[in-house]
Formats: sequence, C-alpha cells, structure tokens
Amino acid sequence: METILLFIAAAIVTCLTYLWRNQITEKPWLTAGAIEDDASGVSDEIDPAARTGLMVFLAVVTSVFALFISAYFLRMELNDWRPLPEPGLLWVNTLLLFIGSFGMQAAWNAARREDKRGIQNGLLIAGAFTLAFIGGQLWAWQLLSDSGYFVYSNPANAFFFVFTGLHAIHLLGGLWVWLTTTHRLWSGAHLETVGLRVELCKTYWHYLLIVWLVLFALLLST
Amino acid sequence: MAYVPIADRGQEMSHPHSWVTKYVWSQDHKVIAIQYSITAIAVGVVAMVLSGLMRLQLGFPDTFSFIDPNQYYQFVTMHGMIMVIYLLTALFLGGFGNYLIPLMCGARDMVFPYMNMLSYWVYLLSVLILMASFFVPGGPTGAGWTLYPPQAIAQGTPGIGAGILLMLISLGVFIVAFTMGGLNYVTTVLQARTHGMTLMRMPLSVWGIFTATVLGLLAFPALLVSAIMMTLDNLIGTSFFMPAMVSMGELNEHEGGSPVLFQHLFWFFGHPEVYIVALPAFGIVSDLISTHARKNIFGYRMMVWAIVGIGALSFIVWAHHMYVSGMNPYFGFFFATTTLIIAVPTAIKVYNWVLTLWRGNLQLNVPMLFAIGFIFTFTHGGLTGLFLGNVVVDLPLSDTYFVVGHFHMVMGVSPVLVLFGAIYHWFPKITGKMFSETLGKWHFWLTLLGTYSIYLPMHYLGFLGVPRRYFAFDGTDFIPASAEAANVSITVAALIVAATQILFFINVIYSLFYGKKADPNPWGATTLEWQTPQNPPEHGNWGDELPRVYRWAYDYSVPGAKQDFIPQNVPPEAVEKAE
Ligand code: HEM
Ligand SMILES: [Cu+2]
Repeated sequence: METILLFIAAAIVTCLTYLWRNQITEKPWLTAGAIEDDASGVSDEIDPAARTGLMVFLAVVTSVFALFISAYFLRMELNDWRPLPEPGLLWVNTLLLFIGSFGMQAAWNAARREDKRGIQNGLLIAGAFTLAFIGGQLWAWQLLSDSGYFVYSNPANAFFFVFTGLHAIHLLGGLWVWLTTTHRLWSGAHLETVGLRVELCKTYWHYLLIVWLVLFALLLST
Repeated sequence: MAYVPIADRGQEMSHPHSWVTKYVWSQDHKVIAIQYSITAIAVGVVAMVLSGLMRLQLGFPDTFSFIDPNQYYQFVTMHGMIMVIYLLTALFLGGFGNYLIPLMCGARDMVFPYMNMLSYWVYLLSVLILMASFFVPGGPTGAGWTLYPPQAIAQGTPGIGAGILLMLISLGVFIVAFTMGGLNYVTTVLQARTHGMTLMRMPLSVWGIFTATVLGLLAFPALLVSAIMMTLDNLIGTSFFMPAMVSMGELNEHEGGSPVLFQHLFWFFGHPEVYIVALPAFGIVSDLISTHARKNIFGYRMMVWAIVGIGALSFIVWAHHMYVSGMNPYFGFFFATTTLIIAVPTAIKVYNWVLTLWRGNLQLNVPMLFAIGFIFTFTHGGLTGLFLGNVVVDLPLSDTYFVVGHFHMVMGVSPVLVLFGAIYHWFPKITGKMFSETLGKWHFWLTLLGTYSIYLPMHYLGFLGVPRRYFAFDGTDFIPASAEAANVSITVAALIVAATQILFFINVIYSLFYGKKADPNPWGATTLEWQTPQNPPEHGNWGDELPRVYRWAYDYSVPGAKQDFIPQNVPPEAVEKAE
C-alpha cells in the first residue's frame, strides 16, 4: 500500500499548503468588515473553474492508478507470480503517444498565438497518433494472447491487461473531448472558447503520457 | 482584469421554461438536491424494511416461513450497502451538499451545472441497477456489505450469479456519479464563493461537506479498483483475490489469489467512508447547535482544523477492521495507535458542541432536539469505538453484536439524527412552509428512545458472544435464554422505530401542502441561505446582485447589537445598536 499512501500524503500536503496560504489560521470573529475581493484566495484568471475541476479530476485518476499499482506490488509477492515478457511493440506505442502529446502541445502553443491553422494541425496530429497508440495497445494484447499469455493465466498478465485497458479507456474519454473540440473548431467557433478546451486537453494528454511512462517502467522493471 | 466571481459573470443561466426542464432535466442545484434526496430516502425506506424483516427473524425465529437463511444474508447485505452508500453518502453530499454549498457560499449555482445534472441521473441509474438485483434469478448478493472474497463469488453464497455482478456494476456507476458531483462541490467551494467569503468565514456545514467530498474523491477509487478486480475474477477467471480452493467438492478454477488484498483495498475505502458520512454530519450539527443555542460555535478554528485533521488521519487507520484477518503485531500496534489518535480531534469536536450549549439560550425546537440527540448517540458510539480500536479487545468482540451496536450508534443512528434535524431545519427554506412542531417532537423522542432500546442491549449480546450475521442461533449452548428475550424486545423496538418514521413522512407531506407559510428566516440564522430575496430561493438564488459577506457565520448574541444575530451579509456600520 506504499504507493497509494505516498500519493495520499502528497495530496494531504497539497491541501494543507493551500489552506495555509488561504488564512486557515485567521480568527474570523475578530475581522468583521469588507474584504478585498481577491482575498478569498482566487486569482484573476479567465476561467479557473474548469482548470481546478480538471486538477481535481486528475487527483481522482491518480488515486485509481496508485491503488492498482499498490495492488500490483502486494500481489507480486505471492509465489504464483510469473513475470510477463513485454512485447517490444510497446516501445513503438510509447513513441506514438509521445507524438500525440506533442501534437496537443503544438495545438496549445498555436492557440496562444491565436493561429487557427496551427491548432487544427496540432489537434490532427494528437488525435491520429493517440488513435494509433490505442490500436498499437490492442495489437500488443493480440500478440500476448497469441503466444499464450491470457488474462486469466497469471496475475501478472491480468495486471498488464488491466493497466493498459484502463489507461486506454482514459485516453478514449480524452478523445471524446478532442472530437467535440475539433468539431467546434471546424464549424467556426471562436478561438477563445476553443482555447480553454485545447489547454485542458494538453494537460490531460501530458498527464496520461506520464501515467503511461510510469506504468511502462513498472512493467519493464518487474 | 479585476477578479469577478464566476457566479457574478453574466454567464448563460439558461432559465428553464417548461415543467420538464424545470423539475426533471433540471440544472438548478436546488432541484437536483431534492431529486437526490427523494431518491436516497426512497431506497433508504427499502433498506429499513429489510432491517425490519431481519429483526422479525431474529426476534421470532421459526415463525416466518417466508424468510430463509439465504434471504437473510441477502437482506443483511442489501440493507448495509444501501444504508451506507446509497442513502447516507448520497443524501449528505448529493442532497445537502448540492443544496447548501452554492447557497451558503453565495454562488448562483454549482460551477458545472450540466455535470451536476448528469451526476443525479447516473446516481439514479446506479440505484435502479441495484434494485434490479432483487428481481434477477438467484436474487441479490448475500456476501455481506463488505463483499469479502472468496465467499462473495464462491459456490454456496446466495446471489453469486447476477446478484453480485449487478452489485459491483451498480457500485461502479455510483462512483462515476459521485465523482461528477464531487468535482462540482470541490470546485464550487474553491472558486465560486462570493465577495468577502474567505475560507474561514464559511459555515462549518460547508467545511464538513467539502472535506468529506475530498475524502470521497480520493477513497472511492479504492472501491472502484476492488470492484473491477473482483468482476474480472468473477467473469474471466483471473486470480486477483481468489485463491485455489475446494468448494462444494470441486476445485475452483482460480489459484493463488489473495483475499487479504481485497480487504486492504476495501477498507482503504471503507474507513474514510465512515468519515464521508460523519464529517457532513459534524458540520451540519455544529450549525444547528450554534443557531438554536443563539451562541457562536465554541472554537471555530479548532472545529475547522479538527475536520481537516480527521479527514487526513482517516486514511491511515483502515486496518483496524482487519485485526482478525491476521497481521504483523507491529502493524496491529500501529493501527491501534492511529485509531486512538483520531479520537483526539473527534473528542475536541464533542467538547466544543457541549461548550457551545453551555449557557446558551437554548431553543429546544425540533432541529435542536435532533442535534442534541446526536451528541449523545455519537459519544456513545465513539466510546465503544475506542474499545474496538484496541487489538486485544477487538479480537473477542469482532463479529459479535457488540460491533453491530457500535457501528449503528456511530454511523447509523447518529448521521440519521443529523439528517432529520437538517431536514427540519432547512424545511422552511426548501419548501417555504413550516412543519408541525408537535409531530416533529413525537418523531424525535420515539426515534431516540427507540434506537437506544434497539442498540444498547446489542452491546450486552456482544459480550455474551452472540455472533453477527447469523440467521439463527440453534446449537449455540453458550448463548443463554435471556439473549432470546433481549432479541424479542429489540425487534419490538425496531418495529416501533420503523413505524415512527411514518410520522416524519406525514409531517413532511402534510406541511408541504397545508403547512403555514414560513418566514424567510424563521430561526434567526446568520448564514447566507436564509438571506435570499425570495423564499424558497429561485433559480439563480440571489436576484440581481450577489450578496457581500462581511463577517463569519456565527455572530449570535453579539454584545451591543440589538438583535441576537447578525447575518453574514450585514456590514459593520449597518448593525443596529442596542439601546
Ligand atoms: C431502522 C434502523 C435499523 C435497524 C433496525 C437495523 C438493523 C440491522 C440488522 C438486524 C443488521 C444485521 C445484523 C447481523 O445479522 O449481523 C444490520 C446490519 C447492518 N446495518 Fe443496520 N439497521 C438499521 C439502520 C441502519 C443504518 C441507518 C445504517 C447506516 C450506516 C445501517 C448499517 C448497517 C450495516 C453496515 C450493517 C452490516 C451489514 C453486514 O453485516 O454486511 N443500519 N442492521
Ligand atoms: Cu474504521
């Protein structure tokens, strides 16, 4: 359970720091009166709500993955564990996801320059390579099953399928937002309204790339 | 650009026009809150009926031929799961969280209203899936609300076909719904508070609900993860949790899985879950007590810190539910210690409630009675928790009626009392009508005394070693005949308590139609929801302008002020002086 506890500890420290910075030590009964508006700790960003919402959501997703990783370590200690040979294809897939994430970054950079073409190109790259990544993961599943590593034949296999499957489902959720964003962009929505979505997508893609790198490293090293 | 609270921007508040968009596909947090509450209370009634059936069997064994052992397990399981998750969690967070957060923070709505609406409909879906399991072949699962493998999916347990599957799916769907709601509650508290509403000016209800939501967002994933792995064990034959074993004379298809792994994951969710239910109750009860004692809450800062501290600590005590599963003695020592440490902030809260009452101008109306009742039952249940937190005491008492008595006092009766108190307290705001005090008092006294007569004797049954989750006690010579008498009386009390709840429904429904029109602020409360321009508040809550907050939520009986309360939106210069 160390992994999840580490994550929870990090989450607690973050929360406490936030609270501390927002005057959790103030004595409210002594301070009646008007307060400068930003004293409530909220900055003057354009739309902080969606960003905050995404951050909280990423915390939830991290919790899910951290728990699976904890379970992985605990289950690994039992003596029926047979490590799984990871197909080399995974390296190629990793590269694909890197490029997908890069595409999102490019789209976001273009959004800051208010360059519509650039956003479109970035999004196309991101979408295409992410789909290719998911296809590649499915292929890896196929390869494993063909060589007799079924989900149920060993817990190591089961974890492999669960990790990759869960990660892919999160990407599919992201692709849904990607789809609506591209749709809006092509049907001529204002760049401003698309900009925030592109930014959130960028964050989400980078996040899922990191998750994949962690999972991949974990699978390779065990 | 100067900071404009989100709720203040001329955002698209699409005002609904037809009945359907107003009350069915509504994005108004107040309507969603009511939808959540009605659904939760409806399943809660199902769970209560199940408990009545269980009690009939326990009080009068061999009398009711329509309850067989398998059904008893199914009732136990569904009762426990519904009560904890689909009633309490949903009602506190989906119901009161939705209603109170925007109103108390001075926002026009949740920050993501559409997602908020989805949250309710997905929750309803999870409830329907769960209820469907009553009607599938084999019936609902009988694995106990803890769903421990291997027996949850092994031959011999009722409902191992569709029943357990529907349970796991329903839990997964519930978690999705909760996450959508939770993102809203957290983000709204963080980013949509009105001018001047600093964190430390928030009422404790908001603190409790907020912290509980954060706990839920971090802890429910553990339930999700265990549900996913158990589903795979069940459907595809993986061996995450399932060991090789011979059941009903056959070797099963699994090998090497670890049931204890499930227990770790389950309780990593399960213990924080206790506080997901308790923290909102703590917060709400603080506000009820302060308002109806006409006194500021004692030690506001301590109360906030205690809520946050309990929330943080609740993640490192989970294995106190697993002492009997066998563990390294040092771990047992560690978890016993953390369990006792968490009692410190909890005790601080109890002291502060009592000290708030001390020399207050107590208004013993219905919400206040429920709040005071809560202090009793919670202290009672909390103290027995200290016993069970110690390994040596837990070992003999584990899985006896002592445990049943303990957890019903602390997380059954106590939160339910707060819920009733809260419903009575905010009823005039939600409906614009007053309820009947007399009926409410009958409801309170019968419920309080009734639940004591149910759960107090259970502690003694536990000392006698009467085991929990048993259909009948035949062939257990160590159980004296007096235990049977106790069981009869418990059952009678349970039936009376169940019947008493009818008073509550009559009161609510009658008052809704015929109650007298309520004053917008009948209790003289300071928090923002009582200061809305309309009563009940309309879509958008605040009319043209958001309220401005000038003070904390507990300016009751301020020396020198004319009235015995100063609402949060009254600036210092506007406070009327006493002559
Ligand atoms: C009308 C009031 C209630 C009565 C009469 C009642 C009665 C019972 C009974 C007879 C059992 C089974 C004991 C056994 O055989 O081991 C039980 C179990 C349980 N009850 Fe209640 N209960 C009530 C309210 C609640 C509430 C409000 C909660 C919310 C937390 C709750 C949570 C549970 C849980 C978690 C279990 C354990 C289920 C299991 O063993 O899997 N109950 N209750
Ligand atoms: Cu616990």
